[in-house]
Amino acid sequence: MRSPKVRAGRGAVGMPLLAAVLLAASLVLPYWQLTLYAPQYPGGLRVFVHLTHVAGDAQEVTTLNHYIGMKPLEEAAPVERAVAVPVVLVFGALAVLSGTLRGPWRWLLRLPLVLFPLGFFADLAAWLWYYGHSMDPAAPIRLEPFMPAILGRGVIAQFRTVASFHVGFYLALAASLVALYDLWRNRVQQERVRVRIGGPAEVAAR
Amino acid sequence: MRWSRLASLVVVMLALVLAGALAGQAQRSTTLPQDVQSLIEAKGLTPDQVRAAIQTYVPPGKYDEYLMFSSGGQGGQVLVFGVPSMRLLRVIGVFAPEPWQGYGVGSEETETILNWRTKDPRLAWGDTHHPALSETNGEYDGKWLFINDKAGSRIAVIDLRDFATKQIVQNPNAVSNHGAVVSPNTEYVLEVTQYAGPFPFRYVPLTQENYNRHFRGLATFWKFDRGKGRIDVSKSFQIELPPYWQDLADFGKLESYGWAFWNSFNSERAIGGTLEKKPPVEVGASARDMDYLHIVNWKRAEELVAQGKYTVINGMKVIRLKDAVEAGILYLAPEPKSPHGLDVAPRGDYIVVGGKLDPNATVYSFRKIQEAIRSKAFSGRDDYGIPILKFDAVVAAQVKLGLGPLHTMFDDKGNAYTSLFLDSAVAKWTLGPPYNPPERAWKLVQKLPVQYNIGHLTAVEGDTTKPGGKYLVALNKWSVDQYRNVGPLLPQNFQLVDISGEEMKLLSNTPVGIGEPHLAQIVRMDRVKSWEVYPAGTNPLTMRPDPNAVKAGQQRIVREGRTVRVYMTAMRSHYVPDRVRVKRGDTVIFHITNIERTKDAIHGFAIDRHNVNLSLEPGKTETVVLRAERPGVYPFYCTEFCSALHLEMMGYLEIEP
Repeated sequence: MRSPKVRAGRGAVGMPLLAAVLLAASLVLPYWQLTLYAPQYPGGLRVFVHLTHVAGDAQEVTTLNHYIGMKPLEEAAPVERAVAVPVVLVFGALAVLSGTLRGPWRWLLRLPLVLFPLGFFADLAAWLWYYGHSMDPAAPIRLEPFMPAILGRGVIAQFRTVASFHVGFYLALAASLVALYDLWRNRVQQERVRVRIGGPAEVAAR
Repeated sequence: MRWSRLASLVVVMLALVLAGALAGQAQRSTTLPQDVQSLIEAKGLTPDQVRAAIQTYVPPGKYDEYLMFSSGGQGGQVLVFGVPSMRLLRVIGVFAPEPWQGYGVGSEETETILNWRTKDPRLAWGDTHHPALSETNGEYDGKWLFINDKAGSRIAVIDLRDFATKQIVQNPNAVSNHGAVVSPNTEYVLEVTQYAGPFPFRYVPLTQENYNRHFRGLATFWKFDRGKGRIDVSKSFQIELPPYWQDLADFGKLESYGWAFWNSFNSERAIGGTLEKKPPVEVGASARDMDYLHIVNWKRAEELVAQGKYTVINGMKVIRLKDAVEAGILYLAPEPKSPHGLDVAPRGDYIVVGGKLDPNATVYSFRKIQEAIRSKAFSGRDDYGIPILKFDAVVAAQVKLGLGPLHTMFDDKGNAYTSLFLDSAVAKWTLGPPYNPPERAWKLVQKLPVQYNIGHLTAVEGDTTKPGGKYLVALNKWSVDQYRNVGPLLPQNFQLVDISGEEMKLLSNTPVGIGEPHLAQIVRMDRVKSWEVYPAGTNPLTMRPDPNAVKAGQQRIVREGRTVRVYMTAMRSHYVPDRVRVKRGDTVIFHITNIERTKDAIHGFAIDRHNVNLSLEPGKTETVVLRAERPGVYPFYCTEFCSALHLEMMGYLEIEP
């Protein structure tokens, strides 16, 4: 019969490792997508926001945006894009490390990974707000400052826009949930171990 | 509970399927709405016309099934149509300036192609006759298009990645040509002279004696280098020919691969003299009952060149007539009276010659020709020593079609279609075995009247090893009463014909008011894969990155002595830089890159009073060189409507005194 301690220990590293891998994989995938529809773009224009860059028809959207004095999409979030890779790897490593620890470190060290999707969302929202509120007043077309729709439908000039999260974001979210589930499962397991072995005193004595 | 749920699901599914089927049925059994019926009656359309209208209609936003590349005649251009709609999709500037495309109006790249940097005088137009799509294994591969200029003895190479001309070669030894045809793997583009000239070209007084002795025709095999996308003059060669007027040519394929054929007229060697009361050429050149089909072994000619058995004349390797005869490269066969078209059947087994002044299509058998050459079945030699094969030994059939048979195309069912100029008709007739059993062979099936004076005709991939059938276009020279009069210069008349059934049916008329097209070729749309935008910073001449292309942020003006280089970008809706100041006498060089990446985001670049207009498609880099001569402040501006702020897309060129 395998000892409960060993089982708990192995599971504790496996799940955080999975979470870290999911988060790392999201580096190569888009987090957010904006699709713009207008009559002269029958296929629509698509902008994909990655952690490290913007892709798709970003250049065309930037070209169009200059008419309303909006800053180039490619220039948004320079610091975030520059540090994205090390940050993701460090967050993942911390989460894996947390699996081997007990007590408050166990959840404190994985907190960055757990909160990562939320952080991305908040940062994206902040940049969208900034872009919608920092338009060049000398631009050929003047618009009232506005907050672009971060999710769902919106309208800008002749464009209908549809914004949605993309697969990278869902991977990060999955990583977050896996890390949380692992915490919850361990708690339950430890409860069981505690019950089976005897009492809290004995566990604490170890 | 579970069973009842399943049962209800099945019932719902069945109901849905039934409803769908009924809806489909209802749609199928619908008769035309009353207003449509009224439209048909009001226009007095016959059921055939309604059928033709529907057959050729391509709804907005939908595509045609085929592309047709047509010569643009004296316009010096190539015209691109969609088939079956017959809508004009593109004009490609080739031998004449085409301002919309910025072709020959200021761009260094296009003026280099037109040889305006080296040739004097500048040829400002061309007479395009015969487009030839590049082939692989005898089928169109949709990569390149070649076309001749009869008036300047030139051949042009068009790249179908961007539908733009890339190279023009001029024949240094020939005056006039008639057509371009490609070998089955585009090894060579063949250019055959039309009118004989002094050879090597120089002045020789035009007397009959001099004509016979010093004038010659020429067959030029231009070597095409696929990798470079260019004709390689150094690997090309010519064969000297007698001073008959060589005419349309075709390459052998499959079993006749390695051979080429062309016909000739004026074997009488008439040279006119109408003012001196001598018979005009048209009479003199039609005196004899027979002219000569030329039969040429180009593979052996290629070997001869490889062995160094050629003379270099004006930089061209020429196989002299005597050597060609000696090496068994060149044979003649009689052909009836001033023939015109020459077309090789899909399997390469028959060579069809249109009689023009003879009512027959004369069909030569390649196998019989080979046998006759082997057994030396000669009826004699011409004045230049070329063996003439016995007519009866090489002819497979003569099919009496009607008056003025010219050109022939083929379908996928063993039929041939020949234009009848004098009859103003298209003749459909059957080929012999193996295309058809002997009892159905060589028979006229139908004659379809066309309006009027048909020259060439073209069928879907109808001159390849795998003809497509389905459609044929008659290229009529006269339209007479087919259109409202638009002055005494009448449009040409293209007529689309359905050849999918037993009986040919006329579908539509298309007026062409740009030039007089000669030949056209129809290719399946999916074979032609063209670019939507150029890779960023592409030089359209080399189709490679232009060393002077710039990206955003790299724009600058650099002065080197009396030369000012402007590295400029074009993007909606501004140029960077938009102010350029130079001094009188400076040479100003603009290198302009359209840095857009979006399909159709095209900009122009025109400078007031400087005869400059560029077409800058996304990704393209072009160069303009001009001498600043007249002090002043000249606007330059975008000539291709690009955006809501298109009018604002401009700048000033200041020329200081």
